[in-house]
Amino acid sequence: MNKIVDKEYFSENVVKFEVEAPLIARSRKAGHFVILKVGDKGERIPLTIASSNNERGTITIVIQAVGESSKKICALNAGDYITDMVGPLGQATHIEKYGTVICAGGGVGVAPMLPIMEAMKKAGNRVVSVLAARTKDLVILEKQVAEFSDEVIVMTDDGSYGQQGLVTNGIESVINREQVDLCVTIGPAIMMKFVSLLTKKYNIPTMASLNTIMVDGTGMCGACRVSVGGKTKFVCVDGPEFDAHEVDFDEMLMRLKAYN
Amino acid sequence: MTEQEYIQARRSEPWRDELRRNMKAKERSDRTRVHMPELDAEYRSYSLKEEVNLGLSEEQALFEAARCLDCANPTCMEGCPVSINIPTFIKNIERGEFLEAAKVLKETSALPAVCGRVCPQEKQCESKCIYVQKMKKEAVAIGNLERFAADYERISGKVSLPELAPANGIKIAAVGSGPAGLSFAGDMAKRGYDVTVFEALHEIGGVLKYGIPEFRLPNEIVDVEIDVLRKMGVKFVKNCIVGKTISHEDLKEEGFKGIFAASGAGLPNFMNIPGENLIGVMSSNEFLTRVNLMDASNPESDTPVQMGKKVAIIGAGNTAMDAVRTARRLGAERAMVVYRRSEEEMPARLEEVKHAKEEGIEFMTLHNPLQYEGDANGRVQRMQLQKMELGEPDASGRRKPVPIEGAVEWIDVDEVIVSVGVSPNPLIPSSFKGLEVTKWGTIVVNQDTMQSDLPDVYAGGDIVRGGATVILAMGDGRKAAAAMDAALKK
Repeated sequence: MNKIVDKEYFSENVVKFEVEAPLIARSRKAGHFVILKVGDKGERIPLTIASSNNERGTITIVIQAVGESSKKICALNAGDYITDMVGPLGQATHIEKYGTVICAGGGVGVAPMLPIMEAMKKAGNRVVSVLAARTKDLVILEKQVAEFSDEVIVMTDDGSYGQQGLVTNGIESVINREQVDLCVTIGPAIMMKFVSLLTKKYNIPTMASLNTIMVDGTGMCGACRVSVGGKTKFVCVDGPEFDAHEVDFDEMLMRLKAYN
Repeated sequence: MTEQEYIQARRSEPWRDELRRNMKAKERSDRTRVHMPELDAEYRSYSLKEEVNLGLSEEQALFEAARCLDCANPTCMEGCPVSINIPTFIKNIERGEFLEAAKVLKETSALPAVCGRVCPQEKQCESKCIYVQKMKKEAVAIGNLERFAADYERISGKVSLPELAPANGIKIAAVGSGPAGLSFAGDMAKRGYDVTVFEALHEIGGVLKYGIPEFRLPNEIVDVEIDVLRKMGVKFVKNCIVGKTISHEDLKEEGFKGIFAASGAGLPNFMNIPGENLIGVMSSNEFLTRVNLMDASNPESDTPVQMGKKVAIIGAGNTAMDAVRTARRLGAERAMVVYRRSEEEMPARLEEVKHAKEEGIEFMTLHNPLQYEGDANGRVQRMQLQKMELGEPDASGRRKPVPIEGAVEWIDVDEVIVSVGVSPNPLIPSSFKGLEVTKWGTIVVNQDTMQSDLPDVYAGGDIVRGGATVILAMGDGRKAAAAMDAALKK
């Protein structure tokens, strides 16, 4: 049982939780995720760790209420418990000094991007963050992002905040004006697909953090499998990050609809 | 006292002598083996949670126990990987001391109610029974009797604990709470160690919980046996992955003097054929985990599972039988086992194959899938099968399946469950620095002691063997416990 020590609403459906998990807080690195389950009949859900606080022994997760399970989790309050939480899972992000790194996050994807930005910045990279959301209310964590970024570009579909346009418009504007050495992207699968298509055109190495259906998260079932470079990989143990240009996004988009 | 002397000493107890004199050997061996009552096949093929085998009645157990000749040299024991004192427990049943029989089981086995249900006895203890070896008769039903004694004790509510040595304060860890880890934990607790079992999932039991279905092994029975371990002082830590949540170094720092790695062979193999990533094609581990561990077919569970009408299971091991029978119970009108060899080579227990057939499972032996095709939404729609014939025996002695040229066919399916084996979980091998592993990813150990090349790390079960059986895993746990105890006492 993991106690929720703090809850904050980013918007009506996007919630940030700080949860007690001292062992996970101590061993997690950027890119790692957890699996959590609420209630006896709850489902096991993967969520990337947004940050951790070793002294408080907590980790922070950000979750958007989209389905039954995420709504159930979002309804929890400070003082409540998450029945089961296991991690850190997956491979940590490979961090080194690349030069200029674009961090492109869409929707709640900005939360798991945060630790990567932080690590990239600390490794001496110039970090240009491109945040994208449908509308102003859905832009999250802008202040924290700014802390680890040399520049922040905010894109909204409706132009209600920042610039009007898609994440790819923001990325392309950076590519057009300066040398970009790496792009990291986290967001809805369809967004990552188009980011990948764009950067491929410019030959910019790109990492995508994939969010597939998972059950155990430890490699024992293969529910999360994706084709990467023509080979089947398990996102939970081989990923969640892969070379975006090698990922079969169409297959991944198809598989995400398995239970719709 | 050597084991041999111990067996003899117990055999010469006066009550055993008397029992042997009470009935002539001829009268015992003239009896035919009692067959376990079962649920009706048609009824049970719709019942996911009711156990198929109903267990022996007291009368049946007494009758069957008397078949055992109480051999002076009980060869049956050689066939048991955990060396249960088989004649001693059976003779206790014969004299009506059922609780005493259960105690004898617990001397060497942490999970008798489990083993009585899932061991392939026909390949182990029962294959060494004198009835089979010398008399060409059906073996004494050792497994059924084991189950009877363990169930009797559980139902009686008078569950006994094995004798424990005084606590020695030495901390040791088991990684994984499957059969190997539980068996190890039980044996070390008996020796007085302070045992902690670390489990990655949110339930204790490993394959006993996520893999083997309720109709073969009810979870409640596993939980009772785990509870006995708890009462013996074994601690369980769930949701903790050794190698991820805590490291080998963390364990050492916390004072653990020995570690038994029993993390199993959880990685499912796929065949890497076209269409295998279509929706509706999944590993048997995924299917069984959803249904067994997550209770996905229960409307109250948040975890979904597809309930196909035309389901093919690829492979013919015990896991395949569990998956196909589960699919049937979830409403499959057509549930098929697709296997590239013939029935003779099928690795599943005979009893499971028989049960599956009674439940209306189709067996498509000498067929091998070539590819799957999906509909516009990416859902699997049909599979292409290659017909096979058996060729010359290969290095392992099994006849190799060879494709019959041009003999292919398409069959409609809406769900495919791939059950073609598992590979060792790489978590421990990749996170324990300096651990020697084979090219298959199994941990290299000394066969006698189960010790790895890291002196404080022992390993057993599927992480050493690849995919094997519950009882072999338990045997490894026992062996590792004995060796670790000897090493720590030096």
